[in-house]
Amino acid sequence: MTAGRGARWVLLALLAARALCAQDFVFNNGPEPQSLDPARTSGVPETRISDALFEGLVVNDARTGAPVPGLAERWTISPDLKTYTFTLRATTWSDGTPLTAQDVVDAWLRVLEPRTGAPYAYLLGDSIQGASAFSHGRGPAADVAIRALDPRTFRVTFVGPLPYALAMLTHNAFMVTPSFAVRRYGPGWTRPGHFVGNGPYVLKAWKPQNKVVVVKNPRYWDARDIHLASITFLAIEDQNVAYDKYLAHEIDYATEDAIPTARIDEIRLRPDYHHVPGSTVYYFLFNVTRKPFDDVRVRKALAMAIDRQELVDGVLKAGEVATAGFVPTMGGFHTTRGNAFDLDQARRLLAQAGYPGGRGFPPCTVVYNTSARHRTICEWLQQTWRRGLGIDVQLQNLEWNTFLDTKQKTHAFQLARASWLADYPDPSNYLDLFRTGAGNNDGRYSNPAFDRLMARAETLAPGPVRDRTLEQAETLLVDQDQALIPLFFYVNKFLLDDRRWGGIYANTIDIHHPRWWFAR
Amino acid sequence: MKRGPKSPMLRFLLRRGLSLAATLFLVITLAFLLIRLAPGGPFASEKQLPPEILASIQRRYHLDESVPRQYLRFLGDLAHGDLGPSYRYQDFSVDELIRDALPPSMTIGALALLLALVGGVSLGTLAALRQNSWLDYTAMALAVVGISVPLFVLGPLFKLGFALRHPWLPTSGWIDDRRGWLTLILPVATLTLPYLAGIARLTRASVLEVLRSDYVRAARAKGLSEPVVVLRHVLRGALLPVLSYLGPACAGILTGTVVVETIFAVPGLGRLSVQAAINRDYTLIMGDVIVFAVLLVLMNFLVDLGYGFLDPRIGHGADAP
Repeated sequence: MTAGRGARWVLLALLAARALCAQDFVFNNGPEPQSLDPARTSGVPETRISDALFEGLVVNDARTGAPVPGLAERWTISPDLKTYTFTLRATTWSDGTPLTAQDVVDAWLRVLEPRTGAPYAYLLGDSIQGASAFSHGRGPAADVAIRALDPRTFRVTFVGPLPYALAMLTHNAFMVTPSFAVRRYGPGWTRPGHFVGNGPYVLKAWKPQNKVVVVKNPRYWDARDIHLASITFLAIEDQNVAYDKYLAHEIDYATEDAIPTARIDEIRLRPDYHHVPGSTVYYFLFNVTRKPFDDVRVRKALAMAIDRQELVDGVLKAGEVATAGFVPTMGGFHTTRGNAFDLDQARRLLAQAGYPGGRGFPPCTVVYNTSARHRTICEWLQQTWRRGLGIDVQLQNLEWNTFLDTKQKTHAFQLARASWLADYPDPSNYLDLFRTGAGNNDGRYSNPAFDRLMARAETLAPGPVRDRTLEQAETLLVDQDQALIPLFFYVNKFLLDDRRWGGIYANTIDIHHPRWWFAR
Repeated sequence: MKRGPKSPMLRFLLRRGLSLAATLFLVITLAFLLIRLAPGGPFASEKQLPPEILASIQRRYHLDESVPRQYLRFLGDLAHGDLGPSYRYQDFSVDELIRDALPPSMTIGALALLLALVGGVSLGTLAALRQNSWLDYTAMALAVVGISVPLFVLGPLFKLGFALRHPWLPTSGWIDDRRGWLTLILPVATLTLPYLAGIARLTRASVLEVLRSDYVRAARAKGLSEPVVVLRHVLRGALLPVLSYLGPACAGILTGTVVVETIFAVPGLGRLSVQAAINRDYTLIMGDVIVFAVLLVLMNFLVDLGYGFLDPRIGHGADAP
């Protein structure tokens, strides 16, 4: 062999090695996952991992987030939008066991079973016929309207017309998990060695507080289109630590958990910064049973004294979208205009309520969970209200668990920070929060007219009539009753070098399925 | 006639063993009650769990029982060496989580302690022997910086200098990362510096004092070489204050790992404890408290043993003359 040929071989080997190395993708995944069992988790870090390890009937498209075929290759929908019939792909679990429609039935039943303790059991329970009774221990599993018609055909019947069913089915709770492995290994089935999945990747290593490593699943039905050899999900809860890792090229992709608000001025100028307005709404919630916020004029005065545009342009600066309405525009539904910035009207309302120029305004405290970003926003609000209305609110930051206790259990607050991310893209998922007696109705809002509109919307087929009904409900909640002060919609943001990696695109729902990721 | 172990050492061990058990029992009981007083609970979340799901989860972990019953159950499990399942990290038991988290913390802590001790004593001794020289001034200036700059400032500064401005070292991570053992350097250096500084100052002061004592003058008068004088006579007397400092230093290093592990993303016990407290992971908090308590008591015990070796006048028995 000549020297030249030898050098060429070495070069080729180096290039091959580089190509192989490049397929190892590392990124920060936020806090340590609570579990790798999709039935028992609800958080974003857990969802990212289960999207790699499991696949439901449908998955989210990389660019639009819209549901596209996953385990199901096609489906038919009954004209009344109640019955969905899915044809599954001929595929196997990662251990070679054939995957059948009965596996889907078993997986969903496991989520519904009370002893599983699935936080999102109600998502199935509220939507599928017979599921609620079973999940409360009042009905047999056989009455749950999910059926394996044959090994490759699965049918589900919902309680009513469900136009957003496909979007809902992308949720973690509807993932297909191997009931046979759960039976065999108990809670330890998610450990490397025992793990069985049907996603594009399989579990290789899991070191708590450190990382989860997944490798390509050669038995995945579309294995030829999976382009990364492995993905490493690092557990890092501190934003600055994660951002420093990105700056030092130790991670390839920086999720939102790696973008410190305090450094947004520098970050938003970077060429690898990607962002798009999302559907999570940031708002402040009134406890409408406590003085002085039991008076709607006071609530409106506070809401109308806020120039939200100034907040997003001058303070937040990451591309957030100011809103005086609560529910983002989706499908045929349009966000209400809300009570926009009008300082004169705000002052008049406050005077009518008995506090002209803020005089005699009772002591008032705003609570928020400890975070630099929330503090900045609260301080800006405090200043805005002092300047505009002459009232002085106190700020109180609470550690996360204490904050939840104050807001949800004791309701010992007057005004509290809040945000809501929809479980599935339908306006009802936002508005349901404010129904009388609802589990998450922390501000104790109650208006029979609102409840009637929401009950009516439940019976309506999707379309303009339902959209208008929900719009009326939002108008009642925000424009008329001002049960809350919406401020802005979050921006979905991340850092990624497009020249090296692809398949991750900024989208409204902020879900990036690892199936699409690739190296350039 | 008094009965019991004859050797004072054995009696000392027995007495310390008993006090260790009593201390641990007290710590466990207090911690068990205190964490239940904190607002919120292990299964609180922004989207509240439906009541029947919450009830099912609480039943699984016996949280529906009265606190005294939970306490007795906990003690019973503990007697069998079982710390129970983690409430937050549902796929792991507390034993497993601690078993994984202990080695990184111990590695960083032990290295820091060792480096602080060796480095601090050498630097302090050299500074004392060359009193008022440039070496003395430099060493003591460094020591003042080391003592006064807190870990949460020192760590990010090191990171900025040695990992971001100059990419010599990884910013964070653990030895199973791409960069391997290099990940150890910054966390260990951060944790070492304050204690190295403290030990150096203490050593310098006490070496200076011993150098002026009669027995050192006697040793020199006998014609012993300088290294023998320093190593055998001066240091032996001068190290007692340093030894007393080691007890609190160990406690400091244990708590310091909490800060350092967060800054450098080390998968250790300190970070685990912080997350456990934030998440109200009752069983995991108990496990962490027990491990920290045992470590602290053990370290103090070792320090006490060390006194006896350095100064035979300090006995371990009560009847020592």
